[in-house]
Amino acid sequence: MIKAILIFNNHGKPRMSKFYEHYTEDTEQQIIRETFHLVSKRDENICNFLEGGLLIGGSDNKLIYRHYATLYFVFCVDSSESELGILDLIQVFVETLDKCFENVCELDLIFHVDKVHNILAEMVMGGMVLETNMSEIITQVEAQGKMEKSEAGIAGAPARAVSAVKNMNLPEMPKNINIGDISIKVPNLPSFK
Amino acid sequence: MALKIVKGSIDRMFDKNLQDLVRGIRNHKEDEAKYISTCIDEIKQELKQDNIAVKANAVCKLTYLQMLGYDVSWAAFNIVEVMSSSKFTYKRIGYLAASQCFHEGTDVIMLTTNQIRKDLSSPNQYDTGVALTGLSCFVTPDLARDLANDIMTLMSHTKPYIRKKAVLIMYKVFLKYPESLRPAFPRLKEKLEDPDPGVQSAAVNVICELARRNPKNYLSLAPLFFKLMTSSTNNWVLIKIIKLFGALTPLEPRLGKKLIEPLTNLIHSTSAMSLLYECVNTVIAVLISLSSGMPNHSASIQLCVQKLRILIEDSDQNLKYLGLLAMSKILKTHPKSVQSHKDLILQCLDDKDESIRLRALDLLYGMVSKKNLMEIVKKLMLHVDKAEGTTYRDELLTKIIDICSQSNFQYITNFEWYISILVELTRLEGTRHGHLIASQMLDVAIRVKAIRGFAVAQMATLLDNAHLLTGNTQRNGICEVLYAAAWICGEFSEHLEDPMQTLEAMLRPKVATLPGHIQAVYVQNAAKLFATVLRKHDGETESQAAQETSQLLIDRLPLFVQSANLEVQERASCILQLVKYIQKLQQKNVEVAEEVTALFAGELNPVAPKAQKKVPIPEGLDLDAWINEPPSGSESEDEKPKAVFAKEEPKHSRSRHTEVDEKELARRREVRKQEQASNPFYIKASPSSQKVYDAPGVEHIPVVQIDLSVPLKVPGMPMSDQYLKLEEERRQKEKAERKKKEKKKKREKRGKERKADSGPESEEDITPAHQVDIVTEEMPENALPSDDDDKDPNDPHKALDIDLDKYVPHCRHLQFIHVLHIVMCRNEFFSKTEIYDFKVVVSVIFENKSDSFLKAMEFNVLDSLNSKLQRPEGAGAHDSLTVPFQLPPGVSNEARFVFSVQSIVMPQKLKGTLTFIVKSDESSTHEKLDFKLHFTCTSYLITTPCYSDAYAKLLESGDLKGSSLRLEGINMPFHHLLARICFHHHFSVVERIDSCASMYSRSIQGHHVCLLVKTTVSIDAKCDEPSLLGNVLDEIKQTFSKC
Repeated sequence: MIKAILIFNNHGKPRMSKFYEHYTEDTEQQIIRETFHLVSKRDENICNFLEGGLLIGGSDNKLIYRHYATLYFVFCVDSSESELGILDLIQVFVETLDKCFENVCELDLIFHVDKVHNILAEMVMGGMVLETNMSEIITQVEAQGKMEKSEAGIAGAPARAVSAVKNMNLPEMPKNINIGDISIKVPNLPSFK
Repeated sequence: MALKIVKGSIDRMFDKNLQDLVRGIRNHKEDEAKYISTCIDEIKQELKQDNIAVKANAVCKLTYLQMLGYDVSWAAFNIVEVMSSSKFTYKRIGYLAASQCFHEGTDVIMLTTNQIRKDLSSPNQYDTGVALTGLSCFVTPDLARDLANDIMTLMSHTKPYIRKKAVLIMYKVFLKYPESLRPAFPRLKEKLEDPDPGVQSAAVNVICELARRNPKNYLSLAPLFFKLMTSSTNNWVLIKIIKLFGALTPLEPRLGKKLIEPLTNLIHSTSAMSLLYECVNTVIAVLISLSSGMPNHSASIQLCVQKLRILIEDSDQNLKYLGLLAMSKILKTHPKSVQSHKDLILQCLDDKDESIRLRALDLLYGMVSKKNLMEIVKKLMLHVDKAEGTTYRDELLTKIIDICSQSNFQYITNFEWYISILVELTRLEGTRHGHLIASQMLDVAIRVKAIRGFAVAQMATLLDNAHLLTGNTQRNGICEVLYAAAWICGEFSEHLEDPMQTLEAMLRPKVATLPGHIQAVYVQNAAKLFATVLRKHDGETESQAAQETSQLLIDRLPLFVQSANLEVQERASCILQLVKYIQKLQQKNVEVAEEVTALFAGELNPVAPKAQKKVPIPEGLDLDAWINEPPSGSESEDEKPKAVFAKEEPKHSRSRHTEVDEKELARRREVRKQEQASNPFYIKASPSSQKVYDAPGVEHIPVVQIDLSVPLKVPGMPMSDQYLKLEEERRQKEKAERKKKEKKKKREKRGKERKADSGPESEEDITPAHQVDIVTEEMPENALPSDDDDKDPNDPHKALDIDLDKYVPHCRHLQFIHVLHIVMCRNEFFSKTEIYDFKVVVSVIFENKSDSFLKAMEFNVLDSLNSKLQRPEGAGAHDSLTVPFQLPPGVSNEARFVFSVQSIVMPQKLKGTLTFIVKSDESSTHEKLDFKLHFTCTSYLITTPCYSDAYAKLLESGDLKGSSLRLEGINMPFHHLLARICFHHHFSVVERIDSCASMYSRSIQGHHVCLLVKTTVSIDAKCDEPSLLGNVLDEIKQTFSKC
């Protein structure tokens, strides 16, 4: 079981949090803070597993994370999950984000956290892995995107235009915080992609 | 109308959407909280509008705020409104919000049931999908109960997208509503072979989660999974299945045997490291479960270890970490194969990654032996010095202590070395583990008698240099050590060279800055030291020294009398008054030493932590009986019970209790001593051990070293390294001597060939430096080892422990449980021919598992020569007995049958038949059920307590014949093992001495069965009937091969 999936940046700002067990908002924030604390002080080239079971559940739990440019992707899982498998899953997640957002960067996650949730929902459901095949995930996400557009129809057009204008006026909208750097060595699972 | 919609949407586009909110928050970095609170007000306004689009937008923003830590539960009703929108876009927003903030305590959740049911049956697959995803996050027991059927239908949906989600969510439904597992299981099983790989994967996922908690219920699926494992190419599914097999093999060794080959093939063929790693893990699990009674699998172990070595040597830290993790699993059962990689593991201690270092430390724990303990600890001590950061250093410290103290200090050959290691550890600054070191010091000093002299000397030096330990009072975890030091010096003060000096050190004003509980120990032990000083000067008339000591105490104690800590204050004032009185007597030249010493006479023995719990309740003591008459509520109520309980019983138990006076205690002590003396298993203190130690002891203690450059080095402490050298020299010397002896022998028996003593020394060759007797902890007599680990009663998975096989369609009408236990035993009459004839009562439980009424049950057994069913007089030898009850559906009942048995030395199987009538509304049929009754030899044993002296006599008598048994691959704690033998085979523990235990039981025919069980899991047994013994041992072996 996956107990929680957290994305935060190098400063510990949450970019997405998904807990598969209920916690109060305060506890959730505390977990994010502590996880950030644990993960951020680790060097780049040391192992990606942390036995930080104190936060969620018991000692059975592990934190498995990957660090991409400005973002940390942290999965808190119990012993029924394969450590290396989850590392691959994070990779699939990030690659899927990259495809769906076209060169994903931290800003995409900041402004479209709902979309990130929707993509994640096609991969992990209620703490269990639903799909690991990237093209299948993307097909489903795109099909839902289409539905959304068709529902908005004519009425949606002006809203989109306004939103585009709003974004244009935005000087600090750089696309250079690229987290698309996914050439990190993945030691396993060729059939995963 | 259309105009209104367009107008509405134009209004809407100037509303703040999620992006605007995020942007706004980023632009208000200084007053974020204030900005958000105005946004929340806006959202509240938006939620009041009728337009669902506006509401959805507001809810979307709330979801974002929830992530930032704002409580949005107040909007729960609005979220439900958005969820029920007919548009997918809004529905999805609603379900997302619900999945983020709904939980079992959310009250509006009960309003959603119908909405969710509608969505689940929506023609649009994405509506259904979104509802399932949302539900997976907030499903409650009520929702699970109401929707379980709808979801089960979806498991056979035409679209695989829905099927896989429905299958996956079933796990959550099972957790909340366990009753749904049984009806859903056949369909779930069917989905394991779904044509769509995604659905298949989901089904595997769910069953793996279920099986992880209650593996035994899923054993029947093993063949199916085996087929999947050999056919599937999806690595994710393979990993899950292989992990599942890891959980199943301990329950079914035959499965393991079948698995080895395909797993080894996978290990050789796969290129995916994750798969390889899981395969290795499962092979390890298989090997662990197989290790008993199988030809060796050294090839497989070698393969695993070799692959793990490759992982550990890899530059990828993740693989290195996992390699070490798996290695530690092998270590538990096959330590030899891991020990050869010691170099690699010690190398990992230098790794820059703390996780890897910690894993390597774990491995070291299992790798030590008598031979390499000192060397390994030396390496660790070096790391302690180098370590940065207190967490890792503390971890090292606890590991060193764990390694040394494991299995009752099994690997320590030289306790002087260990004490000096402990003393060296006290120099660590800012450690939290002072109390750990302290408890080790106490443990060693109390239990290893021979070391006391040395320990006391070391502790005295520690006390003398207490200022070094307490220098920094803020981080004074280490000052706990002084607690131990003071107690050891006081308790064993007869070993002190200069008690006066230590006394003085313990009464320094600085001591008052120590924590209260330590001061209390100081004060109390100062009194003990005082007694020692007095005794030392006993006999000298007008002893100046003795009077000086009294004066010292009288001068210094008032400081403690003023202490804020109650205990310190109380003890100090007590002792102060005592000393004042003694001083008066001293001035009158009265001999006081003896009386003062008497205050602290007697030796304190270590007591096992569980001892108190295990004191057996003496016969006749009723703990529930009233001691005094119960407070009377009303007179009329009181009348009856008063006569029965209040008068007789309490008096009885009370009087028994008070009888135990001093004399009685002394007498009992004496009896026990004699018992111990005659007990072959009790390790006695031999006076010679003291001598062995004394001789080298004095030379060992090195000359004072004062090293000013390192402020925290306690002067006068022997360095543990020196012991390492000494130990090596000693071993060399011993070896040389042994060789000499050997040569001598050779010369004597020149004709005969003998193996030369070359190559590495074996473990047994290393003799300990001191013959130390490790005093075992005291346990009350008759104490039984017990299993204390309770399962968490709140574990939700407990409810899912459902035996699914019982529900197979070709269910029997009647479930028949085989011989349960043989209850009654010995028959009181003997015939004149002296052939013993015994009656045995067998209780049988009948359980009706059908839906029909069962009646006219008749029970019959084919008698053998040895065992016969007792039939009523006048009945024929083959007549059946009528079971005296009928069984309505689902009911179970117990019936007892009496058998007469002649010989009990062989196990017996009796064939039998049960005939009965199944009566349903329409018809009634006659049916029969065959069964076998298994009379094991064990069932003829009766748990009989035996005292150790009687036991010893029995063994000495020579009437018993011996036999022995080795159990392979048992890796359960020793007390579990004993408990199992006691429980399954009706033995009682006579005595347990750390690594072995003697057990006793008696057969119904009076045969004595004695066992000596050792931690190496060998059993030596004696009995006056060899065939009985053989059969009992076989049965014991069988019990352990099952686990």
